[in-house]
Amino acid sequence: MNLRRLIVIGIPFTWLLLFFLVPFVIVIKISLSDPAIAIPPYSPTLELSGGLAGLKAFFSQLDFENFTFLTLDPLYYTAYLSSLKIATISTLLTLAVAFPMAYGMARAPEEWRATLMMLVILPFWTSFLIRVYSWMGILGKEGFLNMILMWLGIIDEPLTILNTNTAVYIGIVYTYLPFMILPIYSTLEKLDLSLIEAAEDLGCTRTSAFWLVTVPLSVPGVVAGCFLVFIPALGEFVIPSLLGGSDTLMIGKVLWEEFFSNRDWPVASAVAVILLAILIIPIILFQRNQQKQLEADQ
Amino acid sequence: MAQSPRPSSNPTNVFAPWNDPNAKPLIQFKNVTKRFGDFTAVDDLTIDIFEREFFALLGPSGCGKTTLMRMLAGFETPTEGSILLGGQDIVAVPPNKRPVNMMFQSYALFPHLTVWDNIAFGLRRDGLGKDAISDRVKEMLRLTRLEKFAKRKPHQISGGQRQRVALARSLAKAPKLLLLDEPLGALDKKLRNDTQFELMDIQEKTGTTFVIVTHDQEEAMTVASRVAVMDHGKMVQVDTPAGIYEAPNSVYVADFIGDVNLIEGNAKVDGNTVTIHFAEGADPITAISDRPIADGQRVSYAIRPEKISVNREPLEDRVNHVKGKIEDIGYLGNVSTYHVRLPSGELVSALMTNSRRLARRDFTWEDEVWLSWTDTAGVVLTE
Repeated sequence: MNLRRLIVIGIPFTWLLLFFLVPFVIVIKISLSDPAIAIPPYSPTLELSGGLAGLKAFFSQLDFENFTFLTLDPLYYTAYLSSLKIATISTLLTLAVAFPMAYGMARAPEEWRATLMMLVILPFWTSFLIRVYSWMGILGKEGFLNMILMWLGIIDEPLTILNTNTAVYIGIVYTYLPFMILPIYSTLEKLDLSLIEAAEDLGCTRTSAFWLVTVPLSVPGVVAGCFLVFIPALGEFVIPSLLGGSDTLMIGKVLWEEFFSNRDWPVASAVAVILLAILIIPIILFQRNQQKQLEADQ
Repeated sequence: MAQSPRPSSNPTNVFAPWNDPNAKPLIQFKNVTKRFGDFTAVDDLTIDIFEREFFALLGPSGCGKTTLMRMLAGFETPTEGSILLGGQDIVAVPPNKRPVNMMFQSYALFPHLTVWDNIAFGLRRDGLGKDAISDRVKEMLRLTRLEKFAKRKPHQISGGQRQRVALARSLAKAPKLLLLDEPLGALDKKLRNDTQFELMDIQEKTGTTFVIVTHDQEEAMTVASRVAVMDHGKMVQVDTPAGIYEAPNSVYVADFIGDVNLIEGNAKVDGNTVTIHFAEGADPITAISDRPIADGQRVSYAIRPEKISVNREPLEDRVNHVKGKIEDIGYLGNVSTYHVRLPSGELVSALMTNSRRLARRDFTWEDEVWLSWTDTAGVVLTE
């Protein structure tokens, strides 16, 4: 009995230990190292042959220099702030688009729901990169969107959308929409319709019943969806680098440049550690939301 | 089970507005039909419901009783016909504008609001002042004995308490008409019995007209001033519980309410005396019928088990006697049900109170006994 419990708990913990904790400790270690022209491009590296003295020397070479550096160069904290701003705005935009869609799905006839759900998930069957690339074809100066708008006579000059923050918002909203729709849909679908009828019976109009009953009861789904969009959007790299412009500053892009253009692994690791520290707060909040939801269901 | 219509404090002034030609009904259904696609849920139905009535809609699932109630609440509109409330046609009035409140089968309590806020919900929609709301909510909490639970959320209270919150919430706006959809269905039997009396008590205190939907005939009989038995979208019979029980107008009603023995036979009519020949060689049953029966008509004779007496010898003061053999005895403590096989093959059940201790019981299995009953004990049914 105890052995079984140990295995059941042990397997996921071992998994987390091997594939999350150990790599993370390595990243922290690199962030405390100095850059070096070597393979790997940092020093010191751990040499166990040196014995206890070697280990002491190894630890004495680690310092917080890279973290200090991050606070000195305004590039980094503006990138963090800009990422937070872009992630927050695009999360709210995604919510604005996803809620009506989820609501429509939950109120659709039962036999339609599976199909609608399928349509929401379907884009995942194509490579993420190809889908973001195709947005370049839509949003570009000679892209489909400008062509159609000019053909309709709405605009005379092509709009500059690609390589601006607007394109980044469009890309993030498009990519993460299913992550917002699905949790909201699942709370709305569970919603007992007699609650709406009860609200109307007690004097609510359709609209006030929506705001007083449907919206408060969908909060857990909305919160879950917002975290599922916000967390990956904060560290997003592909969308800003493909759709964003030179002035689109996101921490994911900075991270990439430190790693691959500057080959400064220690600074890149320090950026990653801080990004994780920023994300831990929403992740903890998310987990508490899930926990509360679970307790309310019981 | 049968009871006099309430309020019955003054027996000379029995509450029966349906017998008063001058009484104005609160609700009138006029030739109401409701179809869903090609399914007719309510079929050309006309009925009056009076103020202060406790009106029960009784029937099996799918008989149209819930649709009828939802039309009163405003969640469904009739395909044909009109519904009047206090003389006004309410078909076009949306649910939030009707002076009608509903207690839902699932209670439909708002899970994100406290008991207090649930009860105050409707009052706030009316834009009442803070003090007025607070007074009314307190009154409702007192009425339903929920004062201690005002700050709890619905998932923190028991099923019976939730049921009372739902009742308090639907009564808070002092509706002209309260609709109750299977209000006691989710409670266990003991709690249900207590709550039935509580419901009657609250109905009397508030003077509200109650319309209750139920499939539980015992519940309908206990609480209602009148019971409407429905089947396939039609009202089969509308009468007081006693009327429904003692004088069912059809085999369907007789069979639906309580236990009944049904014996089929050919009628011979002499004035209002009907003799029913049900088997070759068996003595016919004599009955008094106030309904017109044609001579030679095929009829069903319905008699309740408790109207039949089981004895060693035929009781001379009763008109009908028949001999049979006890096949089964159902001992329920206070009463026993005897299943008696007649020589002609019919199985008749008779109910006797156990006025003596079991050890001194007169009959046992396979005993030959006589069943006796009067000519007014049963009813002759033609449909």
